[in-house]
Amino acid sequence: MTKYVAKRIFMSVLTLFVIIFVLFVLIRIMPGNPFPVERMSAEMILQKRAELGLDKPILIQFVDYMSMLLQGSFGNGTSLYNGAPIKPILLACLENSFKIGVLSILFGTTVGLLLGITAALNRGKFLDGLCTVFSILGVCIPSYVFMIFLQYFFSYKIPFFPYFFDPSRFLFSSIMPSLSLSLFTVATVARFTRNEMIEVMNSDYVKLAEAKGLYGFELMRKHVLRNALIPVVTVIAPLVVDLLTGAMVMEKIYGVNGVGKLMVDAISGDGIDYNYVLALGIVFSSLYIGIMLVLDILYGIIDPRIRLTAKETA
Amino acid sequence: MNEKIILSVENLDITFRTNAGLVHAIRGVDFELPAGKTLALVGESGSGKSVTMKAVAGLLDDNATVNSGKIFYNGLDLLTLSKRDLRKKINGQQIAMVFQDPMTSLDPTMTIGAQITEGMLLHQKISATDAKDKAVELLKLVGLNEPEKRVKNYPHQLSGGQRQRVVIAIALSCEPKILICDEPTTALDVTIQARILDLIQDLQKKMGLSVIYITHDLGVVAKVADFVNVMYAGKIIEAGTVDEIFYDPRHPYTWGLLLAMPDLDTTEDRLYSIPGSPPNLLHEPIGDAFAARNRFAMKIDEREQPPMFKISETHSAATWLLHPDAPKIELPRELRLRLERARKAANL
Repeated sequence: MTKYVAKRIFMSVLTLFVIIFVLFVLIRIMPGNPFPVERMSAEMILQKRAELGLDKPILIQFVDYMSMLLQGSFGNGTSLYNGAPIKPILLACLENSFKIGVLSILFGTTVGLLLGITAALNRGKFLDGLCTVFSILGVCIPSYVFMIFLQYFFSYKIPFFPYFFDPSRFLFSSIMPSLSLSLFTVATVARFTRNEMIEVMNSDYVKLAEAKGLYGFELMRKHVLRNALIPVVTVIAPLVVDLLTGAMVMEKIYGVNGVGKLMVDAISGDGIDYNYVLALGIVFSSLYIGIMLVLDILYGIIDPRIRLTAKETA
Repeated sequence: MNEKIILSVENLDITFRTNAGLVHAIRGVDFELPAGKTLALVGESGSGKSVTMKAVAGLLDDNATVNSGKIFYNGLDLLTLSKRDLRKKINGQQIAMVFQDPMTSLDPTMTIGAQITEGMLLHQKISATDAKDKAVELLKLVGLNEPEKRVKNYPHQLSGGQRQRVVIAIALSCEPKILICDEPTTALDVTIQARILDLIQDLQKKMGLSVIYITHDLGVVAKVADFVNVMYAGKIIEAGTVDEIFYDPRHPYTWGLLLAMPDLDTTEDRLYSIPGSPPNLLHEPIGDAFAARNRFAMKIDEREQPPMFKISETHSAATWLLHPDAPKIELPRELRLRLERARKAANL
């Protein structure tokens, strides 16, 4: 098991390295400059590029960047556009995105699982149909439509929830954003859980368990849920990253100062803010890879097939 | 018959709701299982043999409806029990099942030991350690090597034959009276098949089990069965002792089945197969369901279903050919030769 974990960690670090390299190169070979060029003369731009080392060969720049990164700094640690420091701003934005993200994950997976299980247990009946309709709606309705709908009814028609996210009244003001963000999660998790449950319930080993005399909750707990939920975990994990790294549309609509908005601002100005874009890319990728790593290890713990093959190959 | 009847099925009739419509899968099945004996249910895929036994074990899928019939186990009609009572009192303890595919019938996330003890812990007042000891004993009984080590294994660490032994150990864990084996050897290697069959026969003697085999393999039937029921399109069309079915078959369908068995002494080059395919029970046939594939079919076969004609105390068959007014027909030459050889070999 330790060797399995070590191998996974090594692979994750390698993956992250490759991602950083590709991101770094892609950003540098894009046309344009990282500064507000409209206010600068051609000489100024050239001078500024030399100052920041952007005239050096890409590989050398990459080595420089990596050595700074290993010392805990994203490039020179500031925006190339306006000199704003990266870390404090990034952390503040991450905090806002995480708060809303965690809430929507909790809500999305809980409701999704409940809906999926209910649907599977009532297969072919009214409740199943209702859950299915809900899932389809959840996948089909773009979340921004739902967001505006929520704002219209629960902030404008019935002025109960605030229009915008407010960090000082975090819980109350993040209900609408996280609810609307979790719509897709609810639908995906519900649909997937239902299908997995039904597949497991029709499996031979559940039939055998019934032939042993198991029934009802005991049967569900011991044989159905565990086997059905293992694959569901795989679907939830990437959704978790999506939710944590914020959704720019949601952040725009609810006025959240989050990482999604930060990313858009860094790209959509008149210059591409190299350091910001890279820093965000690294943070998003690390999150994704980290969660996948945790998932792999978790998988090893819940699923004996993986645990034991890992042991045998180790 | 003066043996005690442990299980009797009367006029069982089952339909399935499917997307295409109602499928009348079981159309009046009657049979009896004497205690301690072995009954084989033979038929093509879709003839209803598995469904019948699933009904007996209370494991019918949700889309099945039992329209009529009774299933008596020691005088108790199982169809009147609630699902909960059935699971609590019958499944595992009275009637146990061995499924067709050992590769899929064990829970992949649970150790062998846990799966064997599960039933015991559920039904019997037994401590976890005692149950574990008994699991090891059971594994020894079914001939698995290193049973102490095996209880800690997961299913994927065992081979198909080993898994089927585990499934049998699970079935036997609560000392059932009836063991239903749904094609227990179909998914196994030929070399393993005989060993599993021997094992089941051996255990049957040791524990006084009554066994029901569901199979389409007449080789298996000849080896293990005392009684044979041949099923076709949701009905039993011939029933008798194993000798009666193998040496004196009366239904043209049974003839076809016997002819379709490979035989080394035959002079024919081609292996016989019954022409056509079984009727689709979505559209139930009028008359004898086998008529369309039967070269001996008569006019009445297309109009009316044949009743069971009694041939002896134990032997009966549902074909109009047995009606007193039916014309005498000649058995197919190949079959006649085969039966003669078989009778000679058995000194009958």
